[in-house]
Amino acid sequence: MTSTPALHQNSAEQQELLHNIVDSLKDQEGALIPILQAAQDSLGFLSTESLKTISKLLNMPYSEISGVVSFYSYFTTMPRGRYTIRVCLGTACYVRGGKQLLEELKKILQIEVGETTEDKLFSLEVGRCFGACGLAPVLMINDEIHQRVKPTKLAALLAPYKSENDSEATDESPKISQEDAQ
Amino acid sequence: MFEITINDKKLNGDDSMTILDAAEMSGIKIPTLCFLKGFTPLGACRVCVVEVEGANTLTAACSTPLRADMVIKTHSPRVQRARQSVLELLLSEHEGDCKFCSRSDDCELQALALELGLEAPRFEGEKNHLKTDSSTAALVRDPEKCIKCRRCVAVCSQRQGVGALFPQYRGFATTIGPAFHSDLDSVTCVQCGQCVAVCPVEAISEKSHIADVLRALEDPEKHVIVQTAPAIRAALGECFGYPPGVLVTGKMTAALRRIGFNKVFDTNFSADLTIMEEGSELLQRLRTVLEEGKSAALPQFSSCSPGWINFTEHFFPEYIPNLSTCKSPQQMFGALAKTYYAQKSGIDPDKIVVVSVMPCTAKKFEAARDEMCDSGFRDVDYVLTTRELGKLIRLQGIDFTSLPDEEMDVPMGLSSGAADIFANSGGVMEAAIRTVYELTTGKELPTENLHITPLAGLDGIKEASLRIEGTKSPWNFLEGVELKVAVAHGLGNAAALLEDIKAGKRNYHFVEIMTCPGGCIGGGGQPRFTTDEVREKRIAAIYSEDEGKPLRKSHENPAITEIYAEFLGEPLGEKSHHLLHTQYTRKE
Repeated sequence: MTSTPALHQNSAEQQELLHNIVDSLKDQEGALIPILQAAQDSLGFLSTESLKTISKLLNMPYSEISGVVSFYSYFTTMPRGRYTIRVCLGTACYVRGGKQLLEELKKILQIEVGETTEDKLFSLEVGRCFGACGLAPVLMINDEIHQRVKPTKLAALLAPYKSENDSEATDESPKISQEDAQ
Repeated sequence: MFEITINDKKLNGDDSMTILDAAEMSGIKIPTLCFLKGFTPLGACRVCVVEVEGANTLTAACSTPLRADMVIKTHSPRVQRARQSVLELLLSEHEGDCKFCSRSDDCELQALALELGLEAPRFEGEKNHLKTDSSTAALVRDPEKCIKCRRCVAVCSQRQGVGALFPQYRGFATTIGPAFHSDLDSVTCVQCGQCVAVCPVEAISEKSHIADVLRALEDPEKHVIVQTAPAIRAALGECFGYPPGVLVTGKMTAALRRIGFNKVFDTNFSADLTIMEEGSELLQRLRTVLEEGKSAALPQFSSCSPGWINFTEHFFPEYIPNLSTCKSPQQMFGALAKTYYAQKSGIDPDKIVVVSVMPCTAKKFEAARDEMCDSGFRDVDYVLTTRELGKLIRLQGIDFTSLPDEEMDVPMGLSSGAADIFANSGGVMEAAIRTVYELTTGKELPTENLHITPLAGLDGIKEASLRIEGTKSPWNFLEGVELKVAVAHGLGNAAALLEDIKAGKRNYHFVEIMTCPGGCIGGGGQPRFTTDEVREKRIAAIYSEDEGKPLRKSHENPAITEIYAEFLGEPLGEKSHHLLHTQYTRKE
């Protein structure tokens, strides 16, 4: 299983982390996207505060950065659950049943795209081609790819994630307060 | 060089040219929408598609370079059908009722529908329902009308270096605006209105004050006076079919009187006053450094352009001490109207309503700033753009073209030619030097026709230097000093100049910055469509207005001498300090 995003840092720690991320990546061409990816990986989501910090550090307009963040479905401005499920709706996955997978997941998890389950375990997102069209339909749970998924097998697919979470000490589960979810 | 064929006509071209350039050279008009001269073409709207022999699909003329032996058809039936479809699809998403749209007179989308012969809507498109954004003092965004051409994005980020507007989200949900779905006041926007000047539809426009002005004019209790900025007289005619560059000062004055303003005054008057104050301030800073050996913030920056003030506060706060403390001519006028004029005319300042006509949208913001109440009242009540004045004249049934020429009222309608040239990039600097040189040496500025040619024109950054010789007391500390000055217009150029100054690559005593390309004559509130050609014509008109005046220097204006004698005392005196100067602060 992949690591849990650290959502517990306070604002000063977050600022330092963002400074380090920007410093290490800012000199490469097209630095914005890698910086946003690294920031989201570390902080779990891209808050207004984080984006404004990145805007200042890169000397790039906030509206331009938000344009990139809102363009790519990968980026989120809301806190996510422990596992983000991304259902690919690229052309190949779409025609081979991606849409049905998404509908079934909405039913199982009782959430819409962009939302997080009440127990903060799963978030549901849509992807636009993971470059694995031969394996369609594909979905990702955090960094793990699941291929040729059938709607009827989804419950079984999610079971290990649920049980692993149950077996772990509760204080390691992600803490997402209402404050973060502005 | 190679040969191409465009609509059966042979033409020589090269690969630095686009199909659109070639068509223009051949006298063929290809319709465009997202295209904006001087910017990298986007090819986003597809209205300019043409047929190129051998190509499978139609291609965008604005972004396709010429190739040898290209055979182009710009108006074949296939092209015409495609253009119609593109436009029909754009219209199907465009929310708005043309009958009640302020852009009905100059909407490019509507004009294109007519040009391409669209008759009835074929598609009823899905619409993005988005709220109107009136969060700022100067601008109103109506994203439902936006056709996503991105001209505003190009001017805001590339020309002005502000970057308030960018495409947000993707696909059908794309909006062009501030971050996410936020309001314009939540991001850094200097309210210059260059976006308004290039928007083809009514997706972004100035916040209208026409209704407020009409209400004031209707109120018998109110004494409504009007001031017009120097740039209006060289552009207002365009609202009534005159070609760009025709001066309409006299007709404008007559029209304002017929609208019902109690007095028709001139921002030129306070522009002359600005020169007295700003010139004295420069001399004071120079004295501090050169004579007293102490430090003062140099270069001094001009402070007439409210977009530039906003820009400094947000992007270069370290240069706030360098900004001249002078208020802009609009605000000096307002502060004096409700004090000096009220006193002189015996009218209760509470009953006076000051209306400005400005080439600018940011002036609406400036008039609403917290700082601008030094008269004890809101110094300037309402600000109309040149375009709004055009509408108001029409609304009042005034046949502009048949009006006689009339003179402005005294005393606040008197001005010198130095005030006129405030409208042009380089003009404030030239006006200041005319006065500063003469005050310190007792001699007239020794240049041809009092002009400082290197500071005129449309180059983004201009500089000049002038040796001061033959000084008289108490200005001997300036003897032999090489006065170095620079001028920039367009905030992108301003930022580049500031970075150079910061890095020590350039060094000046005085710098003039105007927010809009060309200066105020290219302001965000001027009649559309302002191209460089139009800018040049308006600039020439302003210079001829200056040259035609008997008085060419601010300090020679008798109304200025009078106001110092009767009311203000001396430049930088206590009363001036209170009414004509201000301080700005850092903004996040």
